[in-house]
Amino acid sequence: MMDLDQLGRMLETLCPMFTLVDQDGRILQVGPTLQKLRPDQPLVGSEFLEIFELVRPRTVTTLPALMATAGTKLHLKLHDEPRTALKGLVAPLPDDAGAVINLSFGISILDAVRDYALTSADFSGTDLAIELLYLVEAKSAAMEASRSLNLRLQGAMLAAEEQAYTDTLTGLKNRRAMDHILEHLVSTKSTFALMHLDLDFFKAVNDELGHAAGDYVLSQAARIMLEETRSDDTVARIGGDEFVLIFKSLSSRAQLERIANRLIGRLQKPMVFEGETCAISASIGTALTSQFLSPKPAEILHAADLALYEAKRNGRSCHRFYSEEARAPE
Amino acid sequence: MHGLINRAVQSFVCATYGRERWLRATEAAELGFAEFEAMLVYDREKSYRLLDVVCDQLNRSRDEFLEDLGTYLVSHPNMEGLRRLLRFGGVTYVEFLQSLDDLADRVKLAVSDLELPALELLERSPTEFELRCHPGLDGYANVMIGILRAMADDYGALVILRHAGQRGGVDVISMVLVESAFAEGRHFDLGARN
Repeated sequence: MMDLDQLGRMLETLCPMFTLVDQDGRILQVGPTLQKLRPDQPLVGSEFLEIFELVRPRTVTTLPALMATAGTKLHLKLHDEPRTALKGLVAPLPDDAGAVINLSFGISILDAVRDYALTSADFSGTDLAIELLYLVEAKSAAMEASRSLNLRLQGAMLAAEEQAYTDTLTGLKNRRAMDHILEHLVSTKSTFALMHLDLDFFKAVNDELGHAAGDYVLSQAARIMLEETRSDDTVARIGGDEFVLIFKSLSSRAQLERIANRLIGRLQKPMVFEGETCAISASIGTALTSQFLSPKPAEILHAADLALYEAKRNGRSCHRFYSEEARAPE
Repeated sequence: MHGLINRAVQSFVCATYGRERWLRATEAAELGFAEFEAMLVYDREKSYRLLDVVCDQLNRSRDEFLEDLGTYLVSHPNMEGLRRLLRFGGVTYVEFLQSLDDLADRVKLAVSDLELPALELLERSPTEFELRCHPGLDGYANVMIGILRAMADDYGALVILRHAGQRGGVDVISMVLVESAFAEGRHFDLGARN
């Protein structure tokens, strides 16, 4: 039969973080790596439960209770700083002679190797600790490389999104850009007027003269709208033949009326595409921020839409302001 | 070829010969870009074309250039992370050599799409070794020679290394370990990750 000394020597080779305790829970032998955690305090001779505290199961505070946990995984912590977390397993010796308690680092190994300056030699040859540390470093490096790629891709995506604010056919802003600008103006409580412009008879041009003619009409209409607005106004194509014009800091109905009429006047002039005459016109509905107590983007758009509907109902080619009364019957 | 390999060449050329030189080479090789992304995979033909242009412009043989690249990967401060990963292979130089059998698998664990040729260490005697580099990546053996040399310095071992030719597509590097603790070597602290 092997004596405790021989057992201890075997354990030193196999489990450098073992402790061998007697029937009173006093540490008789300890593995070299475990001792390294408390270099100034000889663990041999101390009470196991004075050095280590059970975190789970928490009820274990006495030796008999500790012995009864044989075979189940224990979560422990060192009593003093640094309070490294450990995992443990109790294997009682025959004839109530005490127990072997083997400990290991769980995930705390990352801090432990630093806190206690551990080296490869501190781990048993079969321990996966070094492989774990290798993986953590290798994966972190790989992750860092991926992260920096992601950041650059994100930058490229933002640039691409920026371009996606443009309607490629007309070069005007698109619906997304308009939403963005509108949101910004509303959130900064700016004064502005919003025109919803719809080309009349555009569908007829498209159907009768073809898409090329339709595209030509759209770009001509876009050019006219840009010419009739200031550089810091917004002109956006938000649908097939629908446009939104936003006039910053403009609240004069007279001025808006003049702009609207000029737009209609110019859009009504027949355009010639490959020898064919394309006759369109435009209807416009306008809403002003001054018509709302606290305007919301959707509200203003809806108001301009209602005004546009009024203009269409009035026989097209005309301009209407949104009127608060007109909303009532709905 | 994996971006990490291309990136290694880029890093080596920039650190050793300057960025200007690198930009000139990428232009001459007509890559259409000047920066390799570490985590993307590139056309193998492009990588070798660039390698030829670089060696040509530097007036160096490909073998020499690749050996120096291997040395750079271990010894330059830019590459401390890689040196550390290799040092996880073992406590001594011989243990490190023995860990090379697993290198390709270790690499794959970290970056699953980075395929490196298999390595096989034969121990002729306690001081004589043969590293067999299997095919799959032209020039890998030359890079390995540089790495093995620099790692010997890192461990403080004294070795004599040479490329012993090819046998059936397998490059053979022969090594004689003159002294395993010839010099102090560089420190390796397990917990020194940042």
